[in-house]
Amino acid sequence: MSTMTAMIDTNPDGAAASQQSISAEIAAIESAYQRAGVEETQPRLGYAPYRSSLLRHPTKDLHHADPEGVELWTPCFSERDVHPLESDLTIQHSGEPIGERMLVTGRVIDGDGRPVRRQLVEIWQANAGGRYIHKRDQHPSAIDPNFTGVGRCLTDDEGRYRFTTIKPGPYPWKNHRNAWRPAHIHFSLFGTEFTQRMVTQMYFPGDPLFSLDPIYQSITDQKARDRLVATYDHDVTTHEWATGYRWDIVLTGATRTPTENHDHGSEHR
Amino acid sequence: MSALQIATPGQTIGPFFGYALPFDRGNELVPPGSTNAIQLSGTVSDGEGRPVPDALLEIWQADADGVIPNSTGSLRRDGWTFTGWGRASTDDVGRYSFTTVVPGASRPDAAPFILVTVFARGLLNRLFTRAYVPGEQLSNDPLLASLPPERRDTLVAKREGSGLRFDVQLQDAPNKPETVFLRYPGHQR
Repeated sequence: MSTMTAMIDTNPDGAAASQQSISAEIAAIESAYQRAGVEETQPRLGYAPYRSSLLRHPTKDLHHADPEGVELWTPCFSERDVHPLESDLTIQHSGEPIGERMLVTGRVIDGDGRPVRRQLVEIWQANAGGRYIHKRDQHPSAIDPNFTGVGRCLTDDEGRYRFTTIKPGPYPWKNHRNAWRPAHIHFSLFGTEFTQRMVTQMYFPGDPLFSLDPIYQSITDQKARDRLVATYDHDVTTHEWATGYRWDIVLTGATRTPTENHDHGSEHR
Repeated sequence: MSALQIATPGQTIGPFFGYALPFDRGNELVPPGSTNAIQLSGTVSDGEGRPVPDALLEIWQADADGVIPNSTGSLRRDGWTFTGWGRASTDDVGRYSFTTVVPGASRPDAAPFILVTVFARGLLNRLFTRAYVPGEQLSNDPLLASLPPERRDTLVAKREGSGLRFDVQLQDAPNKPETVFLRYPGHQR
């Protein structure tokens, strides 16, 4: 564990720290990252400003594995698993949900740019008022009886997914005093190998909460953080129906990636 | 071939996946009580040894003959098709449980293992690990051979009753060594 943990309140649900002190921790980590000059593309696993990570991250380096057997394959899904209407989160109840109706679409590709075909994409999210249908969500914002906030789909042969939903609202959480999450949609993704399995969050452009949020900021590199932000796309927006956002996803796993040595790059495929 | 792409960053699964990701019989790769069914179970714990009640585990494995499944239907199980993939949440005491079969080796002399993915509130990106089936082939395994003995043991499931026990220790705790988690060649920092 880092030496910082001795100086800060480590109670994950204490909500004791101020936003100012959390922001100072975020800034200190980012400036140390920039001084180090080694590019990162993924979140830190141990990121003290996100208090719940303190006791839940491995302290040892991840151990290199040469993929074999099932690690080079992935579970298969089909229309047997997912009904096409599950991609529309606005038609699951008898009435129209409240909020901004939106479409979100994009492509899932692998590290070589190949489409991830016929694979499962799952999403879940808060409603327009920032409330989840979950017993642990105590945020006193209205539950929308016409919105559950759960959807699934299969990618098509080009790796495209598409959901119709409601734009989620930001919501408070207990990481620190006056902590608010930027609006986001949770995505769960399968690739062409199980080692590409990934869960992440898609954000919306220009959210004023980005700089304050320790989960988003756990990705220390701005270019990498930007990869989680969808783009407003007027060609996705539909006439008198819904606004449109585009967000593409890249999954990597067993195959060696760009910044590494390529002398033995394809030996595992 | 187009230019090599940088992976999209992961993020924590958060606290609210419980109404979205679990599904009916998600943890039953085979029906409980069926021929050759075993229970694979364990506890997920944090750096103070406390159970993690809001984790989600997935497993992906070969069948009893070492054949890697390619059948669909995991999300709507018919009770007959082995799809090789399952999903289980931890309960209030951090325990998870799957009903499955012991995987066979995918090639002669290989040490069979079940691939495990761990997600949790507080865990900023998913973790991969292997739950090896205890047995003689373990001594042939190059990954296990690359680890010191006390770390190696964290990857080997223990026989418990008629099943296997595999605990996941997210971080070193007193008398509980951190599980070895894996990085594959395509995973960048």
